Amino acid sequence: MSFSRTRTLAIFHKELREYRRNRLIVVTMVILPVIFIAIPIVLIFTASHSESSTQLENSIGAELLFMLVIPAMIPSTLASYSVVGERDQGTLEPVLTTPIRSEEFAIGKALAVLVPTLVISYVAFLVYLACALFAHPSVTSAVFGSSHLLILLLFTPLLASWSIWAGIAISTRSSDVRVAQSLGTFASFPPFILTALILFNVIPQTFGSILGLVAALLLFASLGWRLVSAMFNRERLVSGTRS
Amino acid sequence: MGDQSRRAPALSVRGLSKHFGERVAFDDVSFEVSQGEVFGLLGPNGAGKTTTVRTLGTLIAPTSGSATVAGIPLSSGNDEEIRKRIAIMPESPGLYLRLTVAENLECFAGLYELSNGDERIQAALRAVNLVDRANDPCHALSKGLRQRVSLARTLLSDPSVLFLDEPTSGLDPAAAHEVHYLIDGLRNRGVTIFLTTHRLEEAEQLCDRVAIMNTTLRTIGRPDELRDRIFHKSIEVRTRIPLPDPAAVLDGLPGVDRWRLDRSGVYVISVSDPTLAAPEITRALVRAGADLLSLVETRHSLEEVYLELIHEQAEVKSK
Repeated sequence: MSFSRTRTLAIFHKELREYRRNRLIVVTMVILPVIFIAIPIVLIFTASHSESSTQLENSIGAELLFMLVIPAMIPSTLASYSVVGERDQGTLEPVLTTPIRSEEFAIGKALAVLVPTLVISYVAFLVYLACALFAHPSVTSAVFGSSHLLILLLFTPLLASWSIWAGIAISTRSSDVRVAQSLGTFASFPPFILTALILFNVIPQTFGSILGLVAALLLFASLGWRLVSAMFNRERLVSGTRS
Repeated sequence: MGDQSRRAPALSVRGLSKHFGERVAFDDVSFEVSQGEVFGLLGPNGAGKTTTVRTLGTLIAPTSGSATVAGIPLSSGNDEEIRKRIAIMPESPGLYLRLTVAENLECFAGLYELSNGDERIQAALRAVNLVDRANDPCHALSKGLRQRVSLARTLLSDPSVLFLDEPTSGLDPAAAHEVHYLIDGLRNRGVTIFLTTHRLEEAEQLCDRVAIMNTTLRTIGRPDELRDRIFHKSIEVRTRIPLPDPAAVLDGLPGVDRWRLDRSGVYVISVSDPTLAAPEITRALVRAGADLLSLVETRHSLEEVYLELIHEQAEVKSK
C-alpha cells in the first residue's frame, strides 16, 4: 500500500472548506496578523533616525519579532484543535473507518494549516515592507539592508511547521480541546524564543548559530509527520484506551 | 475460485475477545454471516456491540481470537485492505456540519479514492432520496436526514459488508421508519449488513438472523427459531365464564403438554404442535358446553426472547 495523494488532498480540501465556513477562524486569522503588523508599522514611523545603527538594528529586530509571532501563533491553535476537535465533534470515527493512513491524515491536516499560515504571514510581511519604503531613509535602509529580512523569510515556514507538528502531536494525545490548545500555544514558544535570542544577538547572530537552528527546525519540519503518525493510535482515538 | 469466494461467508468470527485491561468488552464470540444476509447483533447497553463493530472494522485490535472480514483475515497488516471493502455507519452520524451534504460526500469519495466520485455521490444520494438536499449545509438538516446522509456516505464505496451501529438511535418513529425502508432496500440489492441495535422490533423486521449478546454471545438464529428454542408453543383460550372443571376438559388431550389459568382468566395451554392441538381443544371445549370467545396461538415476540435470555444470564451471575 502506498501513500495516497488523493486521500491527503481530501483531508486538505475538507479542512480549508471548514475554515472558510467558520467565521471565528477567519476573524482570528485576520485579526491576529493585523495586530502583529500594526505595532511594527507604527514603530518604523516613530523610530528615531538619530539612533545609532546598532540601536536601529535592534529596534527593527524587535519589530520583526512581532511579525514572527504570526507564523508561530496562528497554526498552534488550529493544529492543536485538528484531531481532538474532530474527536469531540464525533467526525473522527467515520474518517478512521476509511482506508486513510495515519501519515496521510496528518499531512492533510498539516498542509491545511500551513498554506493559510504562509499566505497570511508573507502578506503581512509584504505590507510591512511596503510601509517601510515610506519611512525615514535611514530606517528604510536598515529594514532592507539587515540580515533580519532573511531571518524572517527563512524562519516563517520553519516556525509554522514546528507549531503545526507540535500542535497536531498534542492534539492526537489530548482528550480535551482546551487543554490541547493551551499546550499547543506553549509548544510554539521554544523555537520562537531561540529565534528571538538570535535576532537580539543574545545568541551571536553568526552563520553557524542561524544554520544550526535552521537545521534543527528543518529536521523537525520534515520528520514531524513521522512523529505524529507514530503517536496516532486509532484504538485510543475511538475508545479512549490504548491497544 | 470465483464460486468459492462467492460462497465464502462475508464475516467469520472465531472465539473473538476484547478486554480493556480488567474490563471485558466481549468474550469468546463466534458467528458467521453469509453474503447478502442482514445479521442483527442485539444486546443491552454495554453489551459490547459497538466494540464488536469497531473490532471487525479494524479500529480496535482484538485481544484474542480470529476473524475474516469480507474475505480478508483480520490482522494489523490487512487493516487498510479491509477498510477498503467495508463501510461503517457509527451511531452518531459524525457529519461536518458546516459543509453541505455533497461536500461531506466529496470528502469521503476522496478518502475512498473513487475515480467516478461524482457519479457515486449522485447514486448514493438517490439511494437515500436526498438528491434535492445535496447543497444544503448539514447543520440545517433534521436528525433523521443527517442519518440518511451518514447512510449515503457508507454506500459511496459500494462496500462488501456494511456495518450499521444503532442506525435508528435517537430517531423519532417516522425517521426510524425511513431508515428501515432504506435498509430493506439495501437488503434487496444483496448488500451484506451487520446491524447492531437494542430495538428488538427493528431486528425482527429487518434481520434474517440475530445474535443476542451480553458480553458473551447468548444465542444466535432466525427470530422465529429463537422463539421456538426459548419458549414452549402455546394456545390461549378465552371463555365467557371460567370452566367448572378445566382439568377434566384439558388433561390428556392429544398434543397438550400442560395448561394454566392466568390472572386475566385466560387458559394458557402448552402444546407440542398447535395445528394438531387446536382442533382437539376446540372440540373438547364444545363438548364441555363452554362459551368459547377466542382460541389463538401465542406468538412470543423477539423482545420476550431477549428479555428471557438477559434475565436468565442475570440470574446465573447472581448465583
